[in-house]
Amino acid sequence: MIEIIWLGRGGQGAFTAAKLLGAAYTADGGDKYALAFPSFGPERRGAPVRAFTKLDTKPVADRSQTEKADYIVILDDTLYTPQLRSLLKENGRLIVNSKTAIDGAFTFDAEKISGELRLPTVNTVMYGLLVGLSKAVSAENAAMSIREYMPAKIQERNISALLKAAEEAAV
Amino acid sequence: MKKFLSGNEAFAEGIRLARPQVISAYPITPQTIVVERLSEMVEDGSLTAEYVHVESEHSALSCAIGASAAGARAFTATSSQGLLYMAECLYYAAGGRFPIVMMNADRSTALPWNIYGDQRDSLSQLDSGWIQAYAENAQEALDLALMSYRIAEDKRVSTPYMANLDGFVLTHTYETVDIPDRSQADSFLPPYETDNRIDFDNPRNMAFSAGPDTNYIFKYKEHEGVLAAREVIGETEAAFAEIFGRRYTGLTENYRTDDAEYVIVTLGSIAGLCRETADKLREKGVRAGVVRIRYMRPFPNEEIADVLRNAKAYAVLEKDISFGNEGTVFTNVNSALKKAGVDVKGSNYIGGLGGRNISAADIEKIYTDIANGADGVRFIGIGGEDNGK
Repeated sequence: MIEIIWLGRGGQGAFTAAKLLGAAYTADGGDKYALAFPSFGPERRGAPVRAFTKLDTKPVADRSQTEKADYIVILDDTLYTPQLRSLLKENGRLIVNSKTAIDGAFTFDAEKISGELRLPTVNTVMYGLLVGLSKAVSAENAAMSIREYMPAKIQERNISALLKAAEEAAV
Repeated sequence: MKKFLSGNEAFAEGIRLARPQVISAYPITPQTIVVERLSEMVEDGSLTAEYVHVESEHSALSCAIGASAAGARAFTATSSQGLLYMAECLYYAAGGRFPIVMMNADRSTALPWNIYGDQRDSLSQLDSGWIQAYAENAQEALDLALMSYRIAEDKRVSTPYMANLDGFVLTHTYETVDIPDRSQADSFLPPYETDNRIDFDNPRNMAFSAGPDTNYIFKYKEHEGVLAAREVIGETEAAFAEIFGRRYTGLTENYRTDDAEYVIVTLGSIAGLCRETADKLREKGVRAGVVRIRYMRPFPNEEIADVLRNAKAYAVLEKDISFGNEGTVFTNVNSALKKAGVDVKGSNYIGGLGGRNISAADIEKIYTDIANGADGVRFIGIGGEDNGK
């Protein structure tokens, strides 16, 4: 099972990214199963939120929050703390939206892409980075998940953000 | 069509396919999304129904009762304190034999106030006369929504139906769901037709009072109606499998119980983790099994007795406590065994109250406890080394 923890602030779309990844992974059917859920509770703009995606080749029975992740994706580097590493599996990776380097983490200035595309959030950029680094889903399926689950008006810009970021991460 | 949906959204899709004519609801976390989706469907025309915004849950169910009394297929949804607030009306709906369907997002009851999932809300209403189903995942939630009306409206049953989804863990968790076609759904579920309605051409007395001489006859018939649901659930699931290809197993679902020595009996979304834990223990040579109760009313007395007859010990794991006694599911399970003359050692594990996580390690410990002769009522995580942490 591949487990991803998404960290963001309310309104940044961390849960949307978590959900899109699950939809992309299961798009081809067959033995692909996914769960995606937010940290449960009241939602407040700006408050730290967590979201979870679990990907497996059999139905996911464990519906509890991930305690050891393959990837932690952080949409806002003010939420980064070194203690987060305790939530990673041995070869797990941190992916952080940050203008400054963080030791042992894959950092990327996501606003570079979101700004260029006039997107108010970086969630699909971070989704693209995860897709590029993890190859958990194909870029095509990831783009398809945006087409299927995001409003028509913002689909193309978000797909561009995703694909650019996926390329950056794959380098 | 396959979609990646939450339990609430999946249930809303099932209700859309069931074509209710009146939806009356008051929003409450974690039920809110199901009624939001349905109001969107009414707005965009994908569902033709009268959507009534009411000012409370008491009114939500009162409105559904009125709609059903006019011969309409009615739907409402609630959770926790909302269910308790409408409790008076639950009995009216059941006693009036109105086959209303309600989704309840299982959530803890105050105080301390808490919005997270447990099953104390719905289990407190077992005596209200409603059929009570508990879904495990989003697909089952959708399928129950579609099957619910066919069961509730069957003339042998004529009983309202409560479909329970664990708050958040099921209502807010996204997974792949197969949404049936409209034409398939229509062939499975015909429009609601009833004589139990206000009809100016054929007037009849409805929602009347009945004195000591006759009241108990109505109660007896109400009981018969809920009991009849057992057979109708089986028939409905067979017809459902025929059309949609997904097969359900009646009042209970058994997992690796044929040769099981140690069995966990539970309900709702925790069952998946119980099955996974049973698999792990089997690799270590422990003959573990799981019984998932799908319906608390009618209660699966025979099914429970049959499956536990040859076990060495069982545990009931539930997100409920009847203060001063034990978990209500445990009480029901024990009664089933006693009636059937089955003498197997049982114990009761209370967990997940107020949304507290139940881990694979917790479940494994239940199996090892009962294999070591545990009995009585225990709260997971309280007592022992990790007392209350």
